[in-house]
Amino acid sequence: MNLTLKIWRQKDAQSKGKIVEYPISGIEGDMSFLEMLDVLNEELITKGEEPVVFDHDCREGICGACSLQINGEPHGPDRLVTTCQLHMRKFNDGDTIFIEPFRAKAFPVVKDLMVDRSSFDRIQHAGGYVSVNTSGNTIDANAIPINKDNADDAFAAATCIGCGACVAACKNASAMLFTAAKVSQYALLPQGQVEATDRVMAMVNQMDEEGFGNCTNTGACEIECPKGISLENIARMNREYLSASLKG
Amino acid sequence: MSGLIKSSIARKVAMALSGLFLVFFLLQHFTINLTSIISPETFNELSHFMGTNPLVQFALQPVLIFGVVFHFIMGFILEIKNRNARAVKYAKYSGGANSSWMSRNMILSGLVILAFLGLHFYDFWIPEMVHKYVEFAPEDPARYYPELLEKFESHVRTILYVISFVFLALHLWHGFASSFQSVGFNNKFSVGATKFAKAFAIVIPLGFIIVSIVLHLNHVLNN
Repeated sequence: MNLTLKIWRQKDAQSKGKIVEYPISGIEGDMSFLEMLDVLNEELITKGEEPVVFDHDCREGICGACSLQINGEPHGPDRLVTTCQLHMRKFNDGDTIFIEPFRAKAFPVVKDLMVDRSSFDRIQHAGGYVSVNTSGNTIDANAIPINKDNADDAFAAATCIGCGACVAACKNASAMLFTAAKVSQYALLPQGQVEATDRVMAMVNQMDEEGFGNCTNTGACEIECPKGISLENIARMNREYLSASLKG
Repeated sequence: MSGLIKSSIARKVAMALSGLFLVFFLLQHFTINLTSIISPETFNELSHFMGTNPLVQFALQPVLIFGVVFHFIMGFILEIKNRNARAVKYAKYSGGANSSWMSRNMILSGLVILAFLGLHFYDFWIPEMVHKYVEFAPEDPARYYPELLEKFESHVRTILYVISFVFLALHLWHGFASSFQSVGFNNKFSVGATKFAKAFAIVIPLGFIIVSIVLHLNHVLNN
């Protein structure tokens, strides 16, 4: 497969970046998208050029490290996969592929295709946890009866890997799906009730402070999420937030 | 509470609630307009009531104007904030792959509706206010239908109204159904509620279009 790659190159956070074109050949359909970039980088290194910087870690779709806006969609044209799980068979010989970093003011570019997603960490730190006494008398979570539907929904929300595709897909660069998933996974469980009011207020306030945009319910985040996090979580977060606000 | 007013979720809910209020107003406006092509006498009676009832004039009308202005201003504020949230645009953006054109272009359809409101106020609301509160002209309960009919003599005005109602439909198609999600309503009834909202988004603007065309045809057929 012969392809033309149009890749965003940016020296560092302060520099102005630009799209650079790279022809690449000999790409197999069974390669992952990241393996295709590995081939490109080997060629660049052989030629003495700077390789393209991109985030990656587990390469099996569970860590949330890989990102990339591929032909205008986060994680590319396939559904329910991360970039590391995207196969080159999804593209055709002769295709031109645009590869850009996830774009958001709250995700500044570090270099080339790598962005700083620590704004997600700060949202999580603001309240995405349950305070548990671990001094020896911790109650086994499995000993607490939980409604099956709630347990399933909480688990589904907890599958969010925090990759940032929701922000990248949203025309407003909103982080509501991520924040809503993190709020929901606790809001649905009895262990999360004690801190529920403070949690949603703190996480939403942090989300706003980070400079993410507002959700306008386009639904792009849900479609592009590699874990299929549902918009129901955003509705739940809206309810939780309004209820917490009225409680003061 | 100050945090509530500044928060993204509160603004989203405020947009939804003001939008829902305007949806109810549209239904009421359409119901009265529809009578104009069925029974001009009924249209005159309803218009006379709406135009002279103190509760409507001095309580509901200011609330409506506030609702419209609030919805537009909040829409602009959110649009600016949202544009600022992505300083560098994508070289290639495939919005159509994951969202509807209507949902991505609410500001465009909203601006067309705002421009239409300018025309609509110029046509009806301003002359009505001047008639009642500037000139203090004597009230004629039978004046409303002839005044309405006169406005739809122009081809251009009728076409502008029809185009505006198409954009109203596009705006409602996303906005009405989306308002349920914004206020936290997403459950087993959401599918039915969304279908109702989408049907409303077609039926009401289409009804306005039919009323405009029928009023215009009155002139075409009588000349």
